[in-house]
Amino acid sequence: MINWKVILGIAKTHLVTKMKSTVTASLGVTFGIGAYITLVSFMTGLNKMLDDLILNQTPDIHLYNEIEPSEKQPIAFFEEYANALNVVHSVKPKQSQTKIHNALPILSHLRKDKSIRGATPQIRTQIFYLSGSIELGGNLAGIDVMEEVRLYNMNDYIVKGSPEALQNTENGILLGAGVAKKMSLDVGDRIQISTAKGDVFPLKIVGIYQSGISDIDNIQSFAKLKTVQRILGEAENYITDINIKLFNIDLAVPMAGQLEQQFKVKATDIKEANAQFETGTTIRNLITYSVSITLLIVAGFGIYNILNMLIYEKMKDIAILKATGFSGLDVQLIFMSQAVLIGVIGGLSGLAIGFGLSRLIDNVAFETEALPTITTYPINYNPWFYVIGITFAMLSTFVAGYLPSNKARKIDPVRIIRGT
Amino acid sequence: MGLVLKTENINKHFKKPVLFHVLKDIGFEVKKGEFASIMGKSGCGKSTLLYILSTMDTDYEGKLYLNDDLVTGKPQTELSRIRNKYIGFVFQFHYLLSEFSVLENVMLPAKKLAEKTDAEIEHNAMEKLNMLNIGHLVNKRASRISGGEKQRVAIARALINDPSILMGDEPTGNLDSYNSENVFQIFKKLKEEQGLSLLVVTHDVDFAERTDRIIQMEDGRVIS
Repeated sequence: MINWKVILGIAKTHLVTKMKSTVTASLGVTFGIGAYITLVSFMTGLNKMLDDLILNQTPDIHLYNEIEPSEKQPIAFFEEYANALNVVHSVKPKQSQTKIHNALPILSHLRKDKSIRGATPQIRTQIFYLSGSIELGGNLAGIDVMEEVRLYNMNDYIVKGSPEALQNTENGILLGAGVAKKMSLDVGDRIQISTAKGDVFPLKIVGIYQSGISDIDNIQSFAKLKTVQRILGEAENYITDINIKLFNIDLAVPMAGQLEQQFKVKATDIKEANAQFETGTTIRNLITYSVSITLLIVAGFGIYNILNMLIYEKMKDIAILKATGFSGLDVQLIFMSQAVLIGVIGGLSGLAIGFGLSRLIDNVAFETEALPTITTYPINYNPWFYVIGITFAMLSTFVAGYLPSNKARKIDPVRIIRGT
Repeated sequence: MGLVLKTENINKHFKKPVLFHVLKDIGFEVKKGEFASIMGKSGCGKSTLLYILSTMDTDYEGKLYLNDDLVTGKPQTELSRIRNKYIGFVFQFHYLLSEFSVLENVMLPAKKLAEKTDAEIEHNAMEKLNMLNIGHLVNKRASRISGGEKQRVAIARALINDPSILMGDEPTGNLDSYNSENVFQIFKKLKEEQGLSLLVVTHDVDFAERTDRIIQMEDGRVIS
């Protein structure tokens, strides 16, 4: 019964003859949607980059032996004092080894698990970097470097040299960038390190490591597992930490608890280790969306305004259409379809502008000492943003068009024609 | 001869600003092919009556028949269709859609009715425009033609769906004597050649006296 051809024809004529208002209204939507796309792509790109910065370097589950006091002090084993109030002064941590008991069987067990992407052994130890009489404190980690590259993108952070060089050099060390700068050392030089026990070893620098976090770069260095075991004078089964990367990060929390019980070691999961970090991400997303929605609502009001004006201007036309047999619904649809057309045109060009601006930002140089792998500003080209953008454009123009067009539907032609 | 239009005891009140009884027990008929005019002083309710007859105003008591069919109480969408199909309307001020061309203005009600193809509608519209001697204006914008031409375009638009009755609310009120005469001759020709029924509200005594019948109104009543 609704004659769309006629209705759309009238709507089109209105839009074309009122080109200025049409363009203004469309531009409102265009800028709203364009700004939304740009903002959300840029912000989530930035978020993702910061997430990756942490997530890439952090294992999902970290197994190690914690030095801590026994939960059950010896007095508790005496049945005679079971009902007494026991006070233990000056509690000392329990004497235990830093190495993980049965580390190699645990590793091979973990590697068989289908939900685990990889498990890597590490040895962490304190050392001193020696430069003449100067001693700089630091950490040395023994690692399986090719596994670290596979699971934690370690090669992104090796700014000079290569992971293969470390793999192939018996006495190689991957020196932290801060240490290298302080001691004026470069790839190919030799450095002397001393262990806590006082043994001195010369190592060859095969690469420079820069995480972007200067507190880490000033102390941290890496060597092969075997090298560290030899420096410490320990056997091949001496492993202090096991890092686990999962396929599904959501499993980290339950799995950590399970591993802790199974192997009697301390297991921390990524959420526990980076609780404050996730809060930051949530808040940044919240800001992005509230700003975007504000922009779109402003655009919606623009459309509402312009349609309202148009309807006042077209009062006589509405009366005449009704007098010649167009129903209220027909008139409403004429104005609704104008709003929706503005939404489609404005929304699509908004998507195009948003995409263009995103491309522009994507190509702007962004080089910083802290992030060695980033050369331009990060942009997240998620197609969902575009779907949300156009949906919101349609939705807001629909609502903005509905209210004035509903008024047009109710206009009494007799009152307009009589001029009262 | 059958009746095109019939009213029974139509009463209407204006509620604002104060309660006012505008139309009192209006009852009259218009026969097929009759050219009737309504006359009366300003404020006697003749325009108000016409808007009720045109089905645009539904706020009244009484009964209105169009082609022996009770119109009163029908839903708005049905009334829109009735206006579209059976009633042609010409106003004092031409009331064309200024953004559309003359041809589009004339074709619009027929397109809405959608009983004919666009080609047929265009052919009919051209026929009406030529009959009214304004065939040369078809592609002009409605805002770019003179007042007399506009009124003829409005008549062509009122005729496009071949209505049962043509109603006019002072169709010559805004025209000079030459154009008024022109419009009257058109109406007369329509009645004589096509047997169209006409009902015209007018102030113009010369105009009214040449119609078949004058319905005289005073203070909301039909007095003759």
